[in-house]
Amino acid sequence: MSATPQLPPVAKLEQKTIVDMVARGKRMDDRGPESYRPIVIQSGVIEKANGSVHVSLGKSKVLVGVKVEVGEPFPDTPDEGVLTVNAELVPLASPMFEPGPPGEQAIELARVVDRGIRESKAIDVKSLVIQRGKKVQVVYVDVYVLDHDGNLIDAAAMAALGALVNAKVGKFEVKADEVVVKPGRHALPLNNYPVSVTVAKVGKTLLVDPSLEEEQVMSARLTVTTDKNGAICAMQKGGLSGFTVEELKRIVGLAVEKAVENRAKILAAAKG
Amino acid sequence: MWEKLPETKPPELIDSKGFRADGRRLDQLRPIKLEVGILDKADGSAYVEQGKNKIMCAVYGPREAHPKHIALPDRAVIRCRYHMAPFSVDERKSPAPSRREMELSKVIRESLEPVVLADLYPRTTIDLFVEVLQSDGGSRCAGITGASLALADAGIPMTELVAACAVGKVQGQLALDLSDSEDKYGEADLPVAFVPNANLVTLLQMDGSLTTEEFEKGLGMALEACRTIHGLQREALKKKYHEMKDVVEEKEESEVVA
Amino acid sequence: MVLVAEVKQVVAPGELVAEGDHIVGDNVYRVGNQIFSASVGIVEADGNRVLVVPLKGGYIPMVGDMVAGRIVDVGLSGWSVDILAPYPAMLPASETPGPRGARRRDLSETFDVGDMVLAQVLAFDRTRDPLLTTKGPGLGKVSTGRVVEISAAKIPRLIGRKGSMIGMLKRETGCQITVGRNGVAMVWGKSPEGERVAVEAIYMVEREAHKRGLTDRVREMIVKAGVVGEVARD
Repeated sequence: MSATPQLPPVAKLEQKTIVDMVARGKRMDDRGPESYRPIVIQSGVIEKANGSVHVSLGKSKVLVGVKVEVGEPFPDTPDEGVLTVNAELVPLASPMFEPGPPGEQAIELARVVDRGIRESKAIDVKSLVIQRGKKVQVVYVDVYVLDHDGNLIDAAAMAALGALVNAKVGKFEVKADEVVVKPGRHALPLNNYPVSVTVAKVGKTLLVDPSLEEEQVMSARLTVTTDKNGAICAMQKGGLSGFTVEELKRIVGLAVEKAVENRAKILAAAKG
Repeated sequence: MWEKLPETKPPELIDSKGFRADGRRLDQLRPIKLEVGILDKADGSAYVEQGKNKIMCAVYGPREAHPKHIALPDRAVIRCRYHMAPFSVDERKSPAPSRREMELSKVIRESLEPVVLADLYPRTTIDLFVEVLQSDGGSRCAGITGASLALADAGIPMTELVAACAVGKVQGQLALDLSDSEDKYGEADLPVAFVPNANLVTLLQMDGSLTTEEFEKGLGMALEACRTIHGLQREALKKKYHEMKDVVEEKEESEVVA
Repeated sequence: MVLVAEVKQVVAPGELVAEGDHIVGDNVYRVGNQIFSASVGIVEADGNRVLVVPLKGGYIPMVGDMVAGRIVDVGLSGWSVDILAPYPAMLPASETPGPRGARRRDLSETFDVGDMVLAQVLAFDRTRDPLLTTKGPGLGKVSTGRVVEISAAKIPRLIGRKGSMIGMLKRETGCQITVGRNGVAMVWGKSPEGERVAVEAIYMVEREAHKRGLTDRVREMIVKAGVVGEVARD
């Protein structure tokens, strides 16, 4: 059951300051309304994973590990491998996160990241089949949030894409009815590179890459995921208010533009 | 098992010259890296690398007890969660807490309880989180080493830091700081945590088979290693605050981009 | 009576600080003849007293402290206040100015959820949550300005010896700054830009509290930002 969240622990005075300053084009960290915070990408940080990337987006930190294992395909898609995305908002990342099974925030995060990868057909799932209908490669994308200072979706999606690009897998073969992994370092079959861009509305101003304090005063946010051709493959609106049609069009334009920049950054860093 | 090994033969753990699979001698620790205060939101944090172990530790507290009924009237409640990331081990692990993680959460908490001056903060909680990002044997010990640093980084008063290390028996010989395969194919594992001033062992577990002589000798090896790690912990805590302004700023940069 | 560590030396928990008859101050503890540090901090000696000034630490209320807090709930006879301590604070209606304090019927008109108040800690001990009062000069609701949260352990540094640091900040930025003992400072100035520089300066003090020459470097930063303080600058 989803419930209206508690009020953020911010004084009304500070909320007013942020909104007033944003209205004058000034963000608390001196960024322009359309700028991302500094992005630092480290790849291959977890050797036991097939692929891994750690992204620092300002002070937010997200680590994604990709593991590829053998499993069974879904009954209705016997000729496709399996992609599964999971997110953990571990309690050490924020005083607001509690231990326990993923809550709605973690689940939404995982599903939005998943949608971007799945709908853009980033992974060629048909190439993941080992034995049609019986054995396929299962790609686990595990998102681990380590520090929450806002815009976890973009940081997670960036790290997930990076980890997929960074991933190295052996060669799977069937020998005497058993699956054998021959050692090797092959990339995953990737055809597309989805990038998500999140924009928040504070007062009447649209802000790209909201920080935590901006998220605490925003009225709504929209995440737009675009693929390498600029086509939209996923969208997600969040927050207690809404957007006008003009705002939506502006956000989509911003998303396409910013995705190009960020895509280049991730691809360069992830190859590792 | 979906992976078929050519023959299920354990790897050679100690060669004829007495070197272990990773090139170490029997009494040698794996390389250890300790960094304090790397997380922004946590009250205190530390990152530990020991061999291939990569562990993030963080502390929130003392803070209001939620739910209220768990609070104790005369001291802080210490809570501890040891958790492994799904990608931290060879075969992907489900993120749901396992029985092993619950046991380790308890023994880690109990290894640190003796040093925390919890009486100073009645009716509050001190929450400790040990997140294993990559595991390669001895993660509970490395977790205790990191959790001590995170507590100190949070400014929570403690009598001293707790250092931990495991000793084991591999191919009949006592070996310090077992790696994952040495633990898997070895004959005994003995994790130990130690506080030097008070001269107390605060974590002690064992599984496998050891004679009483082997136990005493092994314990001695582990305590020696704990003393070494203790020195590294102190250095890591003070490194942040020393007067070497340029070194501090340079180091902070390399930590971010490295 | 021997000081084993040097004054101003950085020590870690468990390090030997002194031996002998010293009086045990904050963040140290005695075992027999020896005194050890309980925190990461800097050794100080105050006459016969040995203590460690911690580099980090949360706020534990003390009776008499002036604190800045945020109203989180309006109840029937008072307000719950977040003072960034591990204990929720209570401000009873009877502890606000006036013949009988705020009228019960319209408590939220006096202070509403999200408002900032300056208050004094009236009572606190191990068995009960802190009790606050806004009866007193300068206390009550804060209607304008910026809220700055820093580590409570750094407040003495922010104030400075005999108020030297906070005095310099107020002069150079032209802002009014009230520092709560709980790590929350309220800043208000004639211009948002002036307030912004003052906020930056406060964060700078928090970051570099342990380094020497801080007052000068902070002053330099403020002057470089081009804010006109109390005295006009060419």
